[in-house]
Amino acid sequence: MGILQQLGEAIDSGKIRSIDLTHTLDPDFPVLVLPPEFGQCQPFRIEEVSKYDERGPAWYWRNFSCNEHTGTHFDAPIHWVTGRDLPNGSVDTIAPDVFTRPACVLDFSAEASADADFILTADHIKAWESTHGEIPSGSWVLFRTDWSKRNPTDYVNLKDDGAHSPGPDGSAIRYLVEERDAMGLGVETIGTDAGQGHTFDPPYPAHALLHGAGRYGLQCLKNLDQLPATGAFLVCAPLKIKHGSGSPLRVLALVED
Amino acid sequence: MAKPLSPPKAKNPLLRTRVPANPPGLRSRAATGFSARAAEGILALQYCSACNAVSYPARDICANCWSDDLEWREIDSAGEILASTTLQSSTNVYFRERMPWRIGTIKLAVGAIVLAHLHVDVNTGDTVRVIARTDKSGQGVLMALPTKETPNMADDKAMRELTCDPKYRRVLVTDVRTETGQALTKALLAAGAKKVFLGVADDWKPFPGKAELESLENTEFVPLNVTLDGSVLEASKSIGAKVDILINTAQYVRPGSVMSRNGTVTAKDEMEVNYFGLHRLLQHFGPIMRSRAADGDNSAVAWVNMFSIYALSNWPAYGTASASQAAAYSLAQNARADFMGSGIKLINVLHGPLDDEWHQPLSPPKLTGNKMSGSIVAALQQGIELTFVGDIANDFKDRWREDPGVLERELAHNTHID
Repeated sequence: MGILQQLGEAIDSGKIRSIDLTHTLDPDFPVLVLPPEFGQCQPFRIEEVSKYDERGPAWYWRNFSCNEHTGTHFDAPIHWVTGRDLPNGSVDTIAPDVFTRPACVLDFSAEASADADFILTADHIKAWESTHGEIPSGSWVLFRTDWSKRNPTDYVNLKDDGAHSPGPDGSAIRYLVEERDAMGLGVETIGTDAGQGHTFDPPYPAHALLHGAGRYGLQCLKNLDQLPATGAFLVCAPLKIKHGSGSPLRVLALVED
Repeated sequence: MAKPLSPPKAKNPLLRTRVPANPPGLRSRAATGFSARAAEGILALQYCSACNAVSYPARDICANCWSDDLEWREIDSAGEILASTTLQSSTNVYFRERMPWRIGTIKLAVGAIVLAHLHVDVNTGDTVRVIARTDKSGQGVLMALPTKETPNMADDKAMRELTCDPKYRRVLVTDVRTETGQALTKALLAAGAKKVFLGVADDWKPFPGKAELESLENTEFVPLNVTLDGSVLEASKSIGAKVDILINTAQYVRPGSVMSRNGTVTAKDEMEVNYFGLHRLLQHFGPIMRSRAADGDNSAVAWVNMFSIYALSNWPAYGTASASQAAAYSLAQNARADFMGSGIKLINVLHGPLDDEWHQPLSPPKLTGNKMSGSIVAALQQGIELTFVGDIANDFKDRWREDPGVLERELAHNTHID
C-alpha cells in the first residue's frame, strides 16, 4: 500500500485528524494598523449580490474584498523590500511543495502571557530543541503564544507607543533560516514581527530576514494549542493571485493520534 | 404659556404605529423659491425690480405692474397680528390629527399681509417675530413667535412640528472618535436629549476622549463601522427603531489631488466612508426612521449630514476628498426625496476645514468640535435644513451662488495648503 493510500485510510479511520488553524474571515477581525499617513490594510468586506430575492431569485452570493494580508494569511517573499528581487517570490510562482510541510510548534505561551513584549531569541529555540530535538530542515516553525485566544482589543494591544505583542528578534530568524533551513515562521499574532518590531535592529526582523532569504510567513493562526510539539503536517496553500504579496488562506494541520 | 413637554412615555405595544400624514404639499415653482429659503431659515419675499412692490404669496409676475422680474430678498421679521383664529376642524388629515390649531394674519413691517401659524404665546394685536421654516411636507410656511423668549417656548405644539429639537429625543451619533462627535454628544445631552447612542468603529482601537464618554449618563456605545454593510445592518437591527435623530459624523479626509496621489486606495477609503457610509446608513436606518415618523411622542424627526463645503465645488488641495463629499452631497439630495412625505427633515450642515489632524497645516479659521456641535444642535432646535458653519463656508456659499464658474477657476488657482 502506498503512503498516500495509507494516509487516506488513516484519515478515514480518524487516526489522522485535521486541525483548522484558521480564523473565520470576519469584517470585525482586526487588521494591521499603520501610521495614518500610510496606506492601510483593508479589512474583510462583504456585499450581498443576491439572496433568493429580486436580485437573483434562486441563489445567494456575495462580493468580498480585502487586503492580501487580511485575516489568517500567507506572506510571500515579495511582500518585503528585502525579497522583492528573488525569483518565484510571489504567491503564484512559489513551488507548491512549500505549502505541504511538517511543522514544529514552539510553545512560549506562558512567556507571552507574562510579557506581551516577549521576544523569541535563538537561545529560546535552542532550548526548545534540547527538549524536542532539532527542527528538521524544510519545516514550518509555529510560534505558539495563545495570542489567538485574546479579545480583539488585547489581541492588537495598541498603546500610545504602538502595538505590544510577542515576536522574534534577528537572532531567532537567522538561526531558523541559516542553521535550520526552516520553510517559514507561523504566528498567532497579526504579524510575524513583534508589535514593537519597528524598534528592533534590524527593524521588522522576521519580515526583513525571512523574506530576504526567500522564506515565508503565516499570520493570525489559531488552535496551535491543539498541535503536538513535533509531528504535525501543515497544508497551507495561498490563493494563486498574480504577483500576489500574500493571501488569506485556510491553514490545516494533520495530526496523528 | 406653552405647556412644558413631559418625557414621552414608553409606547403601548398594542397600539398601531400610525403612518405619517402631511400638510398640503403642492406649491408653484415660484412658491418653491420661498420653500428653498425657508429651508435655510431665511425669511424672504419677492420684490419687483421694476416697481419695488413686495409680493405675497409668491407669484410669477408682479401684481402691481405685471413685471416678471421678481427678486427674492431677505426681509425684516417684525410684524403685528391683525387677526387670529383657532381651527377646530379640517379636511386635511395632518391638521385633523392636531386640532385645535391656531393661525393668523400678520402685517409685516415691509407691508405685506401674510398667513402664519401662531405660537401659543401670541395673540391678536401682538407685535411678533415671523420665521420661515419648512413643514412636514418640506414646504415653506410662516410662523409668528413672541418677540422675546417665553417659558418653554420651544415646547409649543406648532413650534415642535417645525423643529427637530433634541429635547427628550434619542439620537445616534455615528462616529464618536471625532472631536465633533464627542462635542456633539455633550451638546445633545445638554439640550435635553433622552439618550445618545455613540457609534464606534473598530472598538479594539483606542481613541482619545473615550473615558470621558464612558462617564456620561444617558449614553450607550454601539458598534458601528459605516464601511461595513454588516455592521450598519446589525446596528440598525439593534437600535434602529429607537433613533429619532441620526447625525452622521463619520468622515474620511486626506489631503491630496488626483495627480498628486499614487493609485486609488485613499480615494476609495474616502468614498467608502463619505459616500458609501452614508449610502449604507440610509439603506439600513432610513426606512426604519421613515416608518416611525408619526410614532406618537417618540417619532423619528431628523437626519443630519455633515459635508465639507468643498462638496459644492472642488478644492484641489483636497481634491479627491472633495469629490467624495460631492458624491455624498448628491446622495443626500436623493435621500431628501426618499424622506419626502414622511415628515423627516434631512439637514445638511456644510462646513469649512475642521480643526483636526488632517487640516493641521491650514491657517485659521478652522472649526472646533464645539463650534460644529453648536451649529448642528442649533439647526435641529430651529428646524433648519441647510446651514453653513463658519466664515469660510459662508464666504464660499456666497461666491458659489454668485458664480460657480468663477469660483471653480479661483479654486483651481489655489491648490496649495497655506
